[in-house]
Amino acid sequence: MKHHINFTVNGDDYSLAVDPWRTLNELLREDLNLTGTKLGCGTGDCGACTVMVDGRTVSSCLTLAVSINGKSVTTVEGLAPSGEELHPIQEAFIKTGAIQCGFCTAGMELSALHLLNNNPEPTEKEIRSGLSGNLCRCTGYNQIVEAISVAAEQIRDSEPEKEER
Amino acid sequence: MRLPKFEYFEPKTLEAALNLLTQNGNNAHLLAGGTDVLVKMRNGRLKPKAVIGLQGIENLNGIHFDSGKGLTIGATAKLAEVASHPDVLKHYPALAQAAQVMANVQVRNMGTIAGNLCNAAPSAENAPPLMAMGAEVAVANLQGDRRIALDQFFRGPGLTAMEHGEIMTSIFVPFPVPKSGASYKRVSARCGVDIAAVCVSAWVALDGEVCKDSKIVLGAVAPTPIRAVGAESFMREQTWTQELIETAAALAVQESKPISDVRASADYRKKMVAVLTLRALEQAYERAIKN
Repeated sequence: MKHHINFTVNGDDYSLAVDPWRTLNELLREDLNLTGTKLGCGTGDCGACTVMVDGRTVSSCLTLAVSINGKSVTTVEGLAPSGEELHPIQEAFIKTGAIQCGFCTAGMELSALHLLNNNPEPTEKEIRSGLSGNLCRCTGYNQIVEAISVAAEQIRDSEPEKEER
Repeated sequence: MRLPKFEYFEPKTLEAALNLLTQNGNNAHLLAGGTDVLVKMRNGRLKPKAVIGLQGIENLNGIHFDSGKGLTIGATAKLAEVASHPDVLKHYPALAQAAQVMANVQVRNMGTIAGNLCNAAPSAENAPPLMAMGAEVAVANLQGDRRIALDQFFRGPGLTAMEHGEIMTSIFVPFPVPKSGASYKRVSARCGVDIAAVCVSAWVALDGEVCKDSKIVLGAVAPTPIRAVGAESFMREQTWTQELIETAAALAVQESKPISDVRASADYRKKMVAVLTLRALEQAYERAIKN
C-alpha cells in the first residue's frame, strides 16, 4: 500500500504517494529528478548519498522515503538555489581543486555544511572527523579538508556584512 | 540493490506498536534508526513482511537526567544526541565516547543506542560502557513492562533476552556513586568509522586507595560482550597499584574467547585485551579520584 507523504526539498513543498520500500535516495533521484545526490555503496559507508533531513546529515540510501513525512530535506541542489551564484562551500571546492571525478562531491558538501553549521571554526582534525562518513577515491582528501577550511573562513568573514544589511 | 517489498506502519503510541508487532508475528520487524535493519534487508538477510517504524511514537526519543537517580535514554534517541548531551558528557563520559566514536556522522545522526543493543553484535560499541556502569534496559510487551540488567541481556550474536512481541523502550544508567569512574577504549583497523576489533570498558569505585568494586567489560572478543568476572573479583578490596591492574589485565585476557576474522586475528585480539584493559583501568581510576 502506498503512503501519502508531505515534505519539502530545498524549500519546495511536495505531496505524493510512495511505496514503503522505496528509499529517500530513490525518491530524490527517480521521482524528483534531483540527481545531484548520488548512490554509492547502499550500506551507509561511502557518504555519496548524504542529504540533510531537518538540519542533520543522513544517508539517503538508508532512509525510507515514508519516514520523511513532515520533514524538510536539503540536497546539493539547495546549496545554490539560483543556479548562478554558488554557495561558499562550493566556491571553495572549486578554488582548492577539491573536485576530481565529482561523485563524492555532493555528499562531501552536505557534510561540510552540517559541520560548519555546528562548528563555524573547525580545526583540521574536526574537519577530518566531520568527513568520516564520506569516501573520496580521487583527491586523497587534503584538498577537500583545505576547501572546508577556506569555506569556513569565507562564511565567517561574510557574516558581519549580513548583519549590517 | 533495492529493498524487498514490505508493508510499513508508523504507530503513534507504544500500545499500537505492540499490537502491530504481536499481530504480525514473525513477519514483523521493528525499525528505529534503520542503519542495521535496512542494510540486512538490502542484502537479503532479513525479509520482514511488516516493518514497524518507532520514530513516530511520542516520548520515546527523550534523554532525561535526574541528579542522584540516573540517566534514561529513550529507544529512538539518536547516537549523536546521546554523544553531545551535556549531562552525558559530564556524568557518563565513557558512554559519550563510545557513542561518539562509533561509525560515522551520518550513521550517528540516524542510529540509536537501543538499536545497537538489540542488534546484539559481539562488537556492539555501546554495550561495554553501559554494562560497566550497571545499565538496565526497559522492555515493554502487551502484558506490561520489565527491566533486564544489560549484563543478562545478550545471549549470542544477534540474540537477546527479549522475546517476540517485546519492544525496548529505554535504557537506564544509574547515577555514578562518589569516587567511581568509567572509561572506554577501543582499537580498529581505521580510527573510528570501522567496527571495533576489540573494545574494553572499565568501571571502578574507590575508597581511598582501595578498589572497593570494579567491572571490566570486553567487546568483540566473545560471542557477546562479556564481563571479565575473574579480573573484577581479583581487584575487589585490594589496594590500587600498577601490579594490581597489570594482573587484572592478564586475567581479563584469559577470560576472553576471541576468534580470528576479517578485522583481527584471535592472537592480536588477546594482546589488545591486555593493553586496553590496562588503559581502561588507568582512565577509570583517574576519573574516580576526581569524582
